[in-house]
Amino acid sequence: MTQQNRLQSGGRIDRSKPMTFTYNGKQFTGFQGDTLASAMLANGINVVGRSFKYSRPRGIIACGAEEPNAVLQLGATEATQVPNVRATQQELFNGLVSASTNGWPSVDTDVMGMIGKVGGSMMPPGFYYKTFMFPQSLWDSYETMIRKAAGMGRSPLESDPDTYDNVNQHCDVLIVGAGPSGLAAALTAARGGARVIIADEQSEFGGSLLNTKETLDGKPAAEWVRAVVEELATYEDVMLLPRSTVNGYHDHNFVTIHERCTDHLADIAPVNQARQKHHRVRAKWVVLATGAHERPLVFSNNDVPGCMVSNAVSTYINRYGVVPGNELVLMTTNDYGYQAALDWDDAGRKVVAIVDTRASGKGSRAEAARKRGLNIISGSAVIEVQGSKRVSSVSVAAISADGHKVTGSVTKLKADTVASSGGWSPVIHLSSHTGSRPTWDDQIVGFVPGPTVQKQLTAGGINGQYDTAVALKQGFDAGQKALTEVGLSAAEVVLPKAETLKTDAPMSLFHIPHLKPTSQAPKQFVDYQTDVTAAGIEVACREGFESIEHVKRYTAMGFGTDQGKLGNINGMAVAAKALNKTIPETGTTIFRPNYTPISFGAIAGRNCGALFDPERYSAMHMWHVEHGAKFEDVGQWKRPWYFPQGSETMQQTLDRECLAVRDSVGILDASTLGKIDVQGKDAREFLGRVYSNAWAKLAVGKCRYGLMCGEDGMVFDDGVSACLGDNHFLMTTTTGGAARVLEWLEIYHQTEWPELEVYFNTVTDHWSTLTISGPNSRKLLEELTDYDLSNDNFKFMDWKQMKVAGVPARVFRISFTGELSFEINVQANYGTHVWEKLFEAGKKYNLTPYGTETMHVLRAEKGFIIAGQDTDGSVHPYDLGMGWCVSNQKPFSYIGKRGMNRVDCVRPNRKQLVGLKTKDPKAVIPEGAQAVLDPKEPIPMTMIGHVTSSYWSANLGHSIAMGFIKGGLDKMGETVYYPLANGTVIEAEICSPIFLDPKGERQNV
Amino acid sequence: MFHIYCPHCAEYREEEEFHAAGQAHIPRPLDPDACSDKEWGEYMFFRKNPRGIHHELWVHAAGCRKFFNMTRDTQTYEIKEVYKIGEQPSVVAE
Repeated sequence: MTQQNRLQSGGRIDRSKPMTFTYNGKQFTGFQGDTLASAMLANGINVVGRSFKYSRPRGIIACGAEEPNAVLQLGATEATQVPNVRATQQELFNGLVSASTNGWPSVDTDVMGMIGKVGGSMMPPGFYYKTFMFPQSLWDSYETMIRKAAGMGRSPLESDPDTYDNVNQHCDVLIVGAGPSGLAAALTAARGGARVIIADEQSEFGGSLLNTKETLDGKPAAEWVRAVVEELATYEDVMLLPRSTVNGYHDHNFVTIHERCTDHLADIAPVNQARQKHHRVRAKWVVLATGAHERPLVFSNNDVPGCMVSNAVSTYINRYGVVPGNELVLMTTNDYGYQAALDWDDAGRKVVAIVDTRASGKGSRAEAARKRGLNIISGSAVIEVQGSKRVSSVSVAAISADGHKVTGSVTKLKADTVASSGGWSPVIHLSSHTGSRPTWDDQIVGFVPGPTVQKQLTAGGINGQYDTAVALKQGFDAGQKALTEVGLSAAEVVLPKAETLKTDAPMSLFHIPHLKPTSQAPKQFVDYQTDVTAAGIEVACREGFESIEHVKRYTAMGFGTDQGKLGNINGMAVAAKALNKTIPETGTTIFRPNYTPISFGAIAGRNCGALFDPERYSAMHMWHVEHGAKFEDVGQWKRPWYFPQGSETMQQTLDRECLAVRDSVGILDASTLGKIDVQGKDAREFLGRVYSNAWAKLAVGKCRYGLMCGEDGMVFDDGVSACLGDNHFLMTTTTGGAARVLEWLEIYHQTEWPELEVYFNTVTDHWSTLTISGPNSRKLLEELTDYDLSNDNFKFMDWKQMKVAGVPARVFRISFTGELSFEINVQANYGTHVWEKLFEAGKKYNLTPYGTETMHVLRAEKGFIIAGQDTDGSVHPYDLGMGWCVSNQKPFSYIGKRGMNRVDCVRPNRKQLVGLKTKDPKAVIPEGAQAVLDPKEPIPMTMIGHVTSSYWSANLGHSIAMGFIKGGLDKMGETVYYPLANGTVIEAEICSPIFLDPKGERQNV
Repeated sequence: MFHIYCPHCAEYREEEEFHAAGQAHIPRPLDPDACSDKEWGEYMFFRKNPRGIHHELWVHAAGCRKFFNMTRDTQTYEIKEVYKIGEQPSVVAE
């Protein structure tokens, strides 16, 4: 393929390094240094996509982040698909595969385009809402169809093969943008000895200086750029980040940078390289030198391929050696716009006309054009272009001095390219991320950054200062100011001398009038990506949307992946005119992070796959794995859920494990229970304040169960605490509640009772807890210790220090199964040793490992609650039938006491926890099932409670359940019904939740 | 993301190490049993939601585990000061 639009010389491309790429299946050639967009233009590709709503053919319009149309799908394989890549920012590499994202069956012959053509005027804003409202039941299918037709690229269906990194950075000064002002700021800050990061979204530093023929100190500007970059690279404390978009400016100068490390090299990153990095920077000062985007003008059919912003035309010629057409008509409201015509003329192609909307332009560039004898038509505008897949001609007419009306007759000019310049919009996006409202500047006809609380400086184009000399000076000043602010002394920098160009005042014009009223004129696009027209905005205003934020949401202006970088100001101007207000009165919408789309990979970094969330394992975890345990997530812990053998089903496993515990002995890894070491002379007093029951008299060597309540009186955690010494306790918590309980203790100690001398520390991971439970548990433990385990010497609720399997152990004789039970606590790294010794000795007792599920069944047989399963933050101890665990004798009003005496907590008919025995012993009520008294009551039925725990009990031979029933403790023996989603009803009798061994004899043997 | 000075560690640390624990300066009534339900309800549930200066309780959860107070502007997210438990703010709403 020939590159028909490529110049023979010039530009920052390497003609000795050709590169092939494909677009929509066809192969093309470009050069090293090209962007995908410049290579497409070199090859004369006009249509790069179809528009979102009307399916109109669209071409490349801009040259950077602001590009709304050339948004392509990249990727040579399914796994490397990347949607919504701006071709203007994607560097070309050999073998790049790209495709347009809109258009079916293809961008060149598109069926939806017909609808756009004939139905344009029938698709006002809100069209979809208004048209597809009825019947409501069909909205889902309408929506699917509409979305398919409007698609904006797609996600890959396979996992991303690349790796990404997150990096945390700190610096004195972060400089955003490496154009003239950014480089001047960086040079100054670097020479002053500051720690500097300078980031720029382009492949090389230089910003606007790369796109022009400007000189600095009489030499090409690029030479100054090279010298500065070379010097910056010599400083140890300066980090240069090209290909790095500063995407978010957050509170306290926290800034995120998206660095594309290998996107310019290949479809997939080279081995051992991260494809992208997400820098999280905390900067003492931020210098925004983000420049400005040129605004296109809004005129009829301004979206036909060949219509571009004038600055982009210059950039493609000067930087890439590409002239994107043959015959140019330029329309401008200001002097800067003339540059495109001068560059076009230099490239040796035909400038058909320069259309200046002002009566006359007297700036240096206008003078230069006049000197060359270019055809300048003043006081006029391009009111319409003709053509479908490429501009074929333009209509030019004189307009009134205020730009509101066409005043003269229409002349048609033949042209294939229309460049327009409506002035510049400072890139204020980052400055508004932190909530700063931009302010309108009449002089520059644009918004500039407003007041901010951030440590932020601005320089150059972002301030509406487009003169290179001024930009350099402002960058230098920002660098000096930053140096002073971080306590460094001023640096010596001699700025290069820039050309001084005389500029004439710009005209404040955004929307070019047509012969017909806006509503009837051919479409005048404001936001290309979301297909918002000037007429659409007028309709929105007419329909009563007066706030610019409402106009935005109704029309979708600025909602594309480009966030309306090109169109927003024009849209506000159109709305302002329709509402008869000024632009500052109309206000601006607020830009939000991210400045340009960022891949999920870069955000996630390495925090994916196995590193997505930490996993916590007990010391015996590998044993569990080797013995076939199925695991359950409890917080971050992996706990054995059950240990299936052979081809057992889960229920068969549970039955076997449950029976083994009650018949002989089972073992549970209880290491994950939270353990908090509490010490200090007031430790006992403190426990009395945070638990609902009494702790004053608990003797050394004893354990006690406690309920922990909030100030509202509601139970939130429970556990056994042991008295290790007069001033020393070991508190256990639920597995999931450990961290919360520790913080709970700390907040009360630190903020309410600092006078108590007490200290807390988490010791959860320090201990392995091996719980053996069952009638043979004593016999088993006796084989591993010399200690006298007799019931006389080692009573229920005692704990003893002893050696087990040769290692020191704290053994607690407490029970969560209702069986004779010993919780053996050893230093964590002895856990597996003792566990294995228990199994050696336990063979003859059929020692059976069991997991959390069997533990749940066994405790439910005894009616023991699980905080978080049988409680939900709305039940107090009396609701649970655990009034025995509340002491009203304590002198201090412990946490929860006042709460559980509130009127609502002592009223009758509260939901109370009861046992539930199903009439059909085999029926297991689903947990969460709602209780009713009359299953025949029409829906909605009166619900009186729900089931919290429900299991099949192999030991009892029937199902068991616990649940809440209104006034349940007084309803023993009464019948309730559980109507299920499948239409069946389970009948149950209210009973005591203690199904097995109500006197507690088994644990006391 | 905030940059927070921990008055106990005497260092600026990232927000990830901290979390907010609600409004500051809400003392637990010294005699809860003497409170009416209304008083108790106000102690428990009623909090300010000011636009502007706000005093908050924070904890250096992944650091020293100490609680401290912060005066923060809820509109600009500026942290005006941090101070230890038991101390009074020097920046207050007008």
